[in-house]
Amino acid sequence: MWLSSLFVGLVRALVGASPRWVGDGPSRAQRIYFANHSSHIDTVALWAALPPELRATTRPVAAADYWGTGAIRRYIVLKGLNAVLIQRSRSDPAADPLQPLCEALDRGDSLIIFPEGTRQAQPLPGPFKSGLYHLAARYPGVELVPVYLENLHRSLPKGTLFPVPLICTVRFGSALARIDGEGKEAFLQRAREAVVGLA
Amino acid sequence: MSAQDKFVWLIGGIGAVLAVASVVGWTLRRRVTGESGRAVVDNLNARVRAWWVMVSVFAFAFLLGKTATLAMFALVSFFALREFLTLTPTKPGDHRALSLAFFAIIPVQYWLIGVEWYGLFAVFIPVYAFLLLPSLSALTQDTEHFLERSAKIQWGVMVAVYCISHVPALLLLDIPGYQGQGALLLFYLLLIVQMSDVLQYVFGKLLGKTKIAPVVSPSKTVEGFVGGAAGAVAIGAAMWWITPFTPLQAAGIAFVIVLMGFLGGLVLSAVKRSLGAKDWGTMIQGHGGMMDRMDSVSFAAPVFFHLTRYFFSA
Repeated sequence: MWLSSLFVGLVRALVGASPRWVGDGPSRAQRIYFANHSSHIDTVALWAALPPELRATTRPVAAADYWGTGAIRRYIVLKGLNAVLIQRSRSDPAADPLQPLCEALDRGDSLIIFPEGTRQAQPLPGPFKSGLYHLAARYPGVELVPVYLENLHRSLPKGTLFPVPLICTVRFGSALARIDGEGKEAFLQRAREAVVGLA
Repeated sequence: MSAQDKFVWLIGGIGAVLAVASVVGWTLRRRVTGESGRAVVDNLNARVRAWWVMVSVFAFAFLLGKTATLAMFALVSFFALREFLTLTPTKPGDHRALSLAFFAIIPVQYWLIGVEWYGLFAVFIPVYAFLLLPSLSALTQDTEHFLERSAKIQWGVMVAVYCISHVPALLLLDIPGYQGQGALLLFYLLLIVQMSDVLQYVFGKLLGKTKIAPVVSPSKTVEGFVGGAAGAVAIGAAMWWITPFTPLQAAGIAFVIVLMGFLGGLVLSAVKRSLGAKDWGTMIQGHGGMMDRMDSVSFAAPVFFHLTRYFFSA
């Protein structure tokens, strides 16, 4: 897709987005990459840092209430980034908001998620929402890989239009160990610390 | 000899030297034993490979002409400023000023060289950028460390954009009897600065004992500096035929280039250390970042430019 190549090229030129595999290294294994979120560049930067053959099957998760509105935004995330849209606020209490993500995982795709749910002003992530926990519980075989995106809170913080090109290294950590019977809070805390540990 | 012939000889000569360096590096790689020796040789080979790339890129840009040369140096400034500001702490209030530095100040500064507007080229960053950038930051009303932040941004723009832009600005000079050969002068400057750096490194590794400024730059030694400077001045004098200078003038000018290059390396090393880093980046294999390669150039270029302008241009 030309739009994907354009995004990757632009982000490379702007912030570098070179990977550093602190943990296990790139792999074809099905994975959920979870990272800190501070700018619109985050998704493409993480994506650009992956080897090209992994990009085709690694899909970012985007908020439907933001990216699903308007034809241009929809086109950008669905065609350009091959994203999976998720509803952040539940309108129908019976519906499962994680359904689209599960469908992607069932197809064998990997996912990129930002468990804070929204962009932060500071480099270190805030508290994680529970989506990651539920996905981890439902898909015990999928590797959960923490990622830290450096400097992007300075490059294109929330509320700004023009980027500042600063070098961003994308640090991939080791897959999170699975602990039997671990509670939701403890798991989310441990996942957040794995990202913070890469900073 | 025409400018074209000189250029061919120059590139041929540099290519020959690099070929020798590659063969030496390859031989050493096969002979050397031991962990630390191997690391030194690997670094040497990485540096030589990076030199091949850098010389090819520069030669190619020069062959394409003035616009390509300016575009290439604008990119050098872009990468250098990016490394500088990545390591420099700024605040969200500086966002507009920083965007402007990258996307307006760099293009304008190089455009001014392209349209040969020397007067504005010389004052654009020291006057207009100096006044405008802190104004943008002040409008956001974040006063914490305001002076430090403004000073750091201005410093980065001065070194990475203003100083480095004086390399291609050599194309502006109108030197009697030397028309159309500005590209050679540009190559001359880069050759002397880089040879001085390389020779200081080599003499330092071979003979270095007395450290000049161990806190700032542990690799700079008196023996390295004297040997490297003598070698670079000798090369500078021997290369007089590509310049508008006599051999003696060329030696004097090469000495000024070497001295300024040394000071540039020293000062930017101090800046780097005050920012808590060892290298500016990882862009150029074996060398570190763009700023690690351009630190001496940034100090030598403006002084070389003005010396040549005062004493040799029409």
